Amino acid sequence: MNFVKIALVALAAAVAVPAGAQEPVRVGLVAPFSGGAADYGKQMLAGIRTFFRMHGDTFAGRRIEVIVRDTTGPNPEIAKRLAQELVTRDKVDFLAGFGFTPEALAAAPVATAAKVPMVVMNAASSVVTTRSPYIVRFSMTLPQVSAPMATWAAKHGIRKVYTLVADYAPGIDSEKAFKATFTAAGGEIVDSVRTPLRNPEFAPYVQRIKDAKPEAVFIFVPSGEQGIAFMKAFEERGLARAGIQVIATGDLTDDDVLQSMGDPVLGIVTSHHYSAAHDSPVNRAFVKAFGEVAPELPRPDFMAVGGFDGMAAIAQAVTKLGGRIDGDRALEILRHTKLESPRGPIHIDPATRDIVQTVYIRRVEKVGGQYYNVEFDRFPDVKDPGK
Amino acid sequence: MSGAAPLASGRWRRAEIAFWLVPVACYFLFPGYRVLGSQVFIAALFALSLDLVLGYAGILSLGHAAYFGLGAYAAGLLAAHGWGEPLSGLVAAAAIAAAAGYLASFLVVRGEDLARLMVTLGLGLLLYEAANRGAGVTGGVDGLSGVSMDRLLGAFPFDLAGDTAYVYSLAVLFALFVFTRRLASSPFGLSLRAIRENRARMPAIGAPVRRRLVAAFTLGAAMAGVAGALLAQTTQFVGLDTLGFHRSAEVLIMLVLGGAGRLYGALIGTAVFMIAQDRLAELDPVYWQFWLGLLLVLLVFFARGGILGAAEAIARRAGRR
Amino acid sequence: MAGVLFDGLAYGSLLFLVSLGLSVTMGLMNFVNLAHGAFAMAGGYVCVVAMNRYGVPFLAALPFAFAATAAAGAVLERLLYRRLYGASHLDQVLFSIGLAFMSVAAATWLFGAAQQPVRLPAFLRGQVHAFGADFGIYRIFLLAVVAASTLVLAALLGRTRFGAQVRAAVDDARAARGLGIDVDRVFTATFALGSGLAGLGGALGIEVLGLDPSFPLKFMVYFLLVVVVGGAGTLRGPLAAAMILGVCDVAAKYYVPQAGAFAIYGVMVLLLLAFPAGLFGRRA
Repeated sequence: MNFVKIALVALAAAVAVPAGAQEPVRVGLVAPFSGGAADYGKQMLAGIRTFFRMHGDTFAGRRIEVIVRDTTGPNPEIAKRLAQELVTRDKVDFLAGFGFTPEALAAAPVATAAKVPMVVMNAASSVVTTRSPYIVRFSMTLPQVSAPMATWAAKHGIRKVYTLVADYAPGIDSEKAFKATFTAAGGEIVDSVRTPLRNPEFAPYVQRIKDAKPEAVFIFVPSGEQGIAFMKAFEERGLARAGIQVIATGDLTDDDVLQSMGDPVLGIVTSHHYSAAHDSPVNRAFVKAFGEVAPELPRPDFMAVGGFDGMAAIAQAVTKLGGRIDGDRALEILRHTKLESPRGPIHIDPATRDIVQTVYIRRVEKVGGQYYNVEFDRFPDVKDPGK
Repeated sequence: MSGAAPLASGRWRRAEIAFWLVPVACYFLFPGYRVLGSQVFIAALFALSLDLVLGYAGILSLGHAAYFGLGAYAAGLLAAHGWGEPLSGLVAAAAIAAAAGYLASFLVVRGEDLARLMVTLGLGLLLYEAANRGAGVTGGVDGLSGVSMDRLLGAFPFDLAGDTAYVYSLAVLFALFVFTRRLASSPFGLSLRAIRENRARMPAIGAPVRRRLVAAFTLGAAMAGVAGALLAQTTQFVGLDTLGFHRSAEVLIMLVLGGAGRLYGALIGTAVFMIAQDRLAELDPVYWQFWLGLLLVLLVFFARGGILGAAEAIARRAGRR
Repeated sequence: MAGVLFDGLAYGSLLFLVSLGLSVTMGLMNFVNLAHGAFAMAGGYVCVVAMNRYGVPFLAALPFAFAATAAAGAVLERLLYRRLYGASHLDQVLFSIGLAFMSVAAATWLFGAAQQPVRLPAFLRGQVHAFGADFGIYRIFLLAVVAASTLVLAALLGRTRFGAQVRAAVDDARAARGLGIDVDRVFTATFALGSGLAGLGGALGIEVLGLDPSFPLKFMVYFLLVVVVGGAGTLRGPLAAAMILGVCDVAAKYYVPQAGAFAIYGVMVLLLLAFPAGLFGRRA
């Protein structure tokens, strides 16, 4: 709420600036800020504001101004209209954000038609970057983080896996990537199930898993309430006691909600590109600044990092262009971004405009009284296998 | 809801002409808001279709979005599979939505209020789930993209600023409004209102109740389908929420806000609702829902006829003095 | 198979507990209350606050949830609902949707949009193994609570004077008034009772259904479904409907996960076609 007011004030201030002064570089942030996925937008914006706090908001003499728009998501139709209005009415130089794949897909044609670079900070299905030549992604893709999980599992003696994913594009991406990699490494997929996206009750699905007696269950559901519901059902049915291990993408143990999930998550192995516990000076500074900027959020999660790095890339582009923003030239620079991110080293693959980064294997452990995803293995420079 | 004044003769009052000049003026006065404008017209058409079903035929429907969504997917799928001509897409969508409405109407006209509510609600939910399951065809939760439209009338492309969309949706809204207006002051329309007021008495004067209700429901479904198709064509995208309960509830609110059974109520209510939502939601998305809820409660207690009803009451009181 | 049946019954019993109040409201006052889910949600939040902020143990928080929600229901009935008993169903729908929206926004403001965590006491966690299947202890507890409540309610309705008054008012309110029954007080009391039960159901349901501000809108459909399919105004109707729907939903998700949520709506439409007034409907 605060952020929206600040953004609006900033916008008003920008309009009130007399002619002749430098216009700010406008970035339109399109993400959910209300409803069940409100934390997506909040984390992204907090990541952006952390970047401003650490590096200032003026580059090459021009201030970067963020215009915040709420999709109340997942709401692709509203996302598209907001993108259109940002481009035609507010005349933004960059579009950014996009917490959900459907929202990114709907807005893609707008970026193409307006020739405005679209910096995706979360949407994670492989197909997103193919929908517009102006899209550059700074988050991750589901195949990118799911395949290493399969490799790790096969290497560590897990032979039989049951997969459970949410029934939408990222989930299906994740399932396909995991299956392909796991079976190629000699493992067996006992069975698979796709759960409805807004599913409140996992009990029957979890019961099926228990009856199938796999060694592990691989799960992907959108971070937040779905993960919590799954873990409840998992614990209630005593799957851990039946010797079934949970392996998952890091969405299950999202830093944003991890602390509230309780003891059942201890020991869960996940694969993801960012953990708040990542041990590097860059990350430590990031986490500290984040705590100052957004004390109401428990800690930064992977969406905050997406926001942080996305804004870092935009700032880099503004600097390299000497403050003179042109859509096509900005895109050219964004395509070749290389950054030392709080998550580790990242760069963009110029051919696909998608992110290449290290995927870590982590285990949930108690550190200083709180639950954290502690990294213990890694797969560097993973490209999106979905392309 | 009873006591809604009928639109007297078929002749157009001056206020009506002035009313329709406003959106034309807005095109030039607010060039940055054409996208919002076209969405207001589409929602207004949807609300108008519900007015026919609820305001005139008295059928309480919580699942009207089913026909809106059906129209949207019909037009969207047509365009996505190569047939991008807009006007024929509208016709196809109307036909499909009408067919569905016709079939559903047999379920809807039996039983009374409560069962009807559940049936309309249930059908809407079923359709939503079906579209969700059929993700291979509909795109499921990710939505149907790749809806590429040909130029309207061969000359006007659907552009980014929403110019074509604005004029297109306004024109369709106006055309269908004229049609509905004539219908409302025709014998058919009057018989609908009579049925709504006192259903039991109708057979006594020889009016075929069921047939009239079926006709009204089917027409309402067809119009909703056209509105949905317009949305698909102007945004080049169809999301699952076009079928959702939220949309059904929203259109009901918009209609009642303006005043049901008055045709213009649907238009005014929609305009007020959507513009307020656009302005206020930007300021405070969470609290928007609270104020909306409060508005509904106040509306029910103090202004049952909605905005137009309140205006009429004031006019009546002023006239009496 | 036994496991699936058991799960379905547990889920159904939860639906029943919450929907019972709605059945009475719709059958007795002829009032379509789409805000009923808000009372369930309120009960859930009362339970969470009691447990997390005041350290009240789970079992003690339950009656608290019941009492608090019942009180809220009584107040709202007196102040607001009462005025709309004779109003059209459209007005009732709009009013209750408005209330529901307000409750969702209020809950978001007070508690945030995230799921509420609740820690069950240790003796309610885990499973028992019997008859070759595993049964969740919490679900056994659920079934027990609902069964006990149902018996108490049935006794209340069938054996007490109050119950007789309620039954008379349901059958014919005008005649009941004529007999000197204070129908207004009966209405308030039953509305409060129904809301309290919903609150209890909401608190019990946190573990099974989760608790977040969108609860009233998410689950409203299921509660309405149970009441309309079962027949408003009875005890047996929603009970039967809730059990059927609960079992069908769980079974469909277990045996045919592809069909998922489809099944429950399909079953509902079929049942409504066969029994337009509900399974045990009273409305002519």
